[in-house]
Amino acid sequence: MLSRVADSIYWMSRYVERAENLARFVDVTHNMSLDLPPGSDQQWGALVYASGDQEYFEEHYGEPTRENVTQFLTFDREYSGSILSCVQAARENARSVRESISSQMWEQLNQFYISVNDAAKAGISESPNDFFQYIKNSSHLFVGITVTTFSQGEAWHFSRLGRVLERADKTSRILDVKYFTLLPSVADVGTPIDDLQWSAVLRSVSGFEMYRKKHHGITPKRVVGFLVIDRQFPRAIMHCVDTAYRSLHAISGSPQGTFWNVAEKRLGQLRSELAYSTVDEIIAVGLHEFLDSLQTKLNGVGEGIYRTFIAMDPDDANANL
Amino acid sequence: MNQSQPNATQLHFRGYDTKGFFDELIDEHDKPRPGAELLLQRIEELPDDELLQRQQMAERSLFHMGITFNVYEDNQGVEKIFPFDLVPRIVAAEEWNRLERGLKQRIRALNRFIDDIYHDQQIVKDNVVPEAILKSATSFRSQCIGLNPPNGIWCHITGTDLVRDKDGTIYVLEDNLRCPSGVSYVLQNRFVMKRSFPWLFDASHVRPVLDYPGRLFQLLEYLAPEGIESPTVAVLTPGVFNSAYYEHSFLAQQMGVELVEGRDLVIHDGFVCMRTTKGFQRVDVLYRRIDDDFIDPKAFRADSMLGVPGLMEAYRNGRVALANAPGTGIADDKVIYAYVEKMIKYYLNEDAIIPNVPTYVCYDDEQRAYVLANLDKLVVKAANEAGGYGMLIGPHATDDERRKFAGLIEENPRNYIAQPTLSLSRIPTIVKDKFEGRHVDLRPYILYGKDIFVLPGGLTRVALKKGSLVVNSSQGGGSKDTWVIGSSLQQTQTQEHSQ
Repeated sequence: MLSRVADSIYWMSRYVERAENLARFVDVTHNMSLDLPPGSDQQWGALVYASGDQEYFEEHYGEPTRENVTQFLTFDREYSGSILSCVQAARENARSVRESISSQMWEQLNQFYISVNDAAKAGISESPNDFFQYIKNSSHLFVGITVTTFSQGEAWHFSRLGRVLERADKTSRILDVKYFTLLPSVADVGTPIDDLQWSAVLRSVSGFEMYRKKHHGITPKRVVGFLVIDRQFPRAIMHCVDTAYRSLHAISGSPQGTFWNVAEKRLGQLRSELAYSTVDEIIAVGLHEFLDSLQTKLNGVGEGIYRTFIAMDPDDANANL
Repeated sequence: MNQSQPNATQLHFRGYDTKGFFDELIDEHDKPRPGAELLLQRIEELPDDELLQRQQMAERSLFHMGITFNVYEDNQGVEKIFPFDLVPRIVAAEEWNRLERGLKQRIRALNRFIDDIYHDQQIVKDNVVPEAILKSATSFRSQCIGLNPPNGIWCHITGTDLVRDKDGTIYVLEDNLRCPSGVSYVLQNRFVMKRSFPWLFDASHVRPVLDYPGRLFQLLEYLAPEGIESPTVAVLTPGVFNSAYYEHSFLAQQMGVELVEGRDLVIHDGFVCMRTTKGFQRVDVLYRRIDDDFIDPKAFRADSMLGVPGLMEAYRNGRVALANAPGTGIADDKVIYAYVEKMIKYYLNEDAIIPNVPTYVCYDDEQRAYVLANLDKLVVKAANEAGGYGMLIGPHATDDERRKFAGLIEENPRNYIAQPTLSLSRIPTIVKDKFEGRHVDLRPYILYGKDIFVLPGGLTRVALKKGSLVVNSSQGGGSKDTWVIGSSLQQTQTQEHSQ
């Protein structure tokens, strides 16, 4: 397939997934803030911090509050990281490859954008939960349409690759931010509040019930294990990396366990590292440090994919392993 | 009309005014024209508001399919659909069959002309087309001299503009031999109409148009360089910002071929190749929707960012086929157009079945004198402008505008032609909550491959502004579906009774 088309399909999927995860981020923070004493706005600041665009935020909004952070991450037209901008970018990518995807995929994404754009004009409602639910459902619908209407060849694998790499990154960020906000209150460990907060984190990745089935009691360590190295839960980082690994080898045709290009090399290394880690080792390194380095490695995989398949000079694909 | 059947519908044709114009659906005695009986009757029978609701549904459906263009005034993400009107144009079989023969005749002659012009120029030597006019044609491409396109065909895909005057005569207004657009709207309009009026389609025997992409693909395959069993075909687009991008993407999708941009292509070992995730892959046929000037910076405009350097050389060496061939724009020159009837006589020894609009060539002293003396009655057009630009509509112009054009003509007579102001035919069109007559033209699409195929119907463009004669989408035009009714009048009536 055309390199440009592969690139657009990969990013189309990434942006849809990114919008979904933003909705999860904001939604969980709304829910958690309802259980906290009034005036605890620090977790809204943490969301801004996690976006990596504090400067832009301070310049346009000042002090973080529930209202302005929600506006910033949801409907800010000027900010490229808002839900609205992500859905728009997904749609623009889809528009440029309309001939390569199924028309059902395009029409759903088009409809998705129209609705979010209309919602942006209407502004944030008193209870935004329904809206975030709509975003999540629309993303799920898009994935479902992709799986049921799009031939599962190279293009499909590029779309899955984009989706799971984005998801791995975002799960790591939700965990990072919430661990950071929850951990300082050592006194709370084991209290009902603590339990509530950790279940909110699990709910934010739709993992509460699945976690319960596996572990029953909630402890920070088990939650970390579940979200980082569980192989079965679809939003766990290990699961995402595994899926990306299979798609990447399906694209290049190289046997698993070997590598023909820099993308496969980096992803294979990351997968092994996760596969042979325990929660205790991760916590010993420091969760934040571990997740930070994970995000850097995920970026390296993305860059490797770009170099191998998109900006490729076919004579030179293996030059910079 | 339908005086015998009083009814309570809001949208009806009583009081619809056909005076002074040829109406495509209703004749001067307020009777339906052949083929339109069933449609008009059914529209009148629809309950209150039904038609308006269907019109809105059709618009919503186009919106959701994303067949839109951006409105650039603000960046609030406002998008609009190309306006579409639910009342179709109807062309009865008998009239259509004559048009089809006429269009085939015309494209055969034009193709012969283009081939002749880039080879021996016999038609100039025989003084049918003046040498001076050819020499001064800005759309003549010297790069194409001596080219031999596959099977001798230059203009594979054509969208001829037809108009009808007050007295009912249909003329060819323009030939559009380069990259005519709009066929995707023909197909989308048809999708929407089938959804809106399924029963009417059943009863009316409307000739199908949805096989166009399949036929286009066959044509492109037919052009492939010799010896290639299953050629790789691609559509070449200027990119997502082009106003016809939707169409490029739609056609590629419907044919199941790649849609490529210039930056996706490279010349590798003399062949045209796409950059793919698996390396370079050869392309054998390009349906290019980029104008000649931009297609290859090495051969044409050096500043083009859209094209593929070296494409023309690969084409000349027979390594890739292009549809349409470069150079066909010579016959789109409006001064050359004036000679098409003579070409038909010259190459085919036949009389033109569909006439040209009577055209005065300002290059000719006598004709120029007439034009300058009658500017208030004529439409003046520049030789190489399109989209309704660079023209003067004499009767509607101010004295100043007429003086300006008189000056332009004196300065560069070769660049102008003039034609009588036609009063384009009209069709009932939904305007707010009633029908009003709006002016239309018709663009049928012609595919020239192993044989010549004319898509039954085509794009009916409608000038939505009251009284306007400009149907271009850039200037407030919309479109309608075009139904070529396949069966005879008697059959239609039988169907009507059995419903």
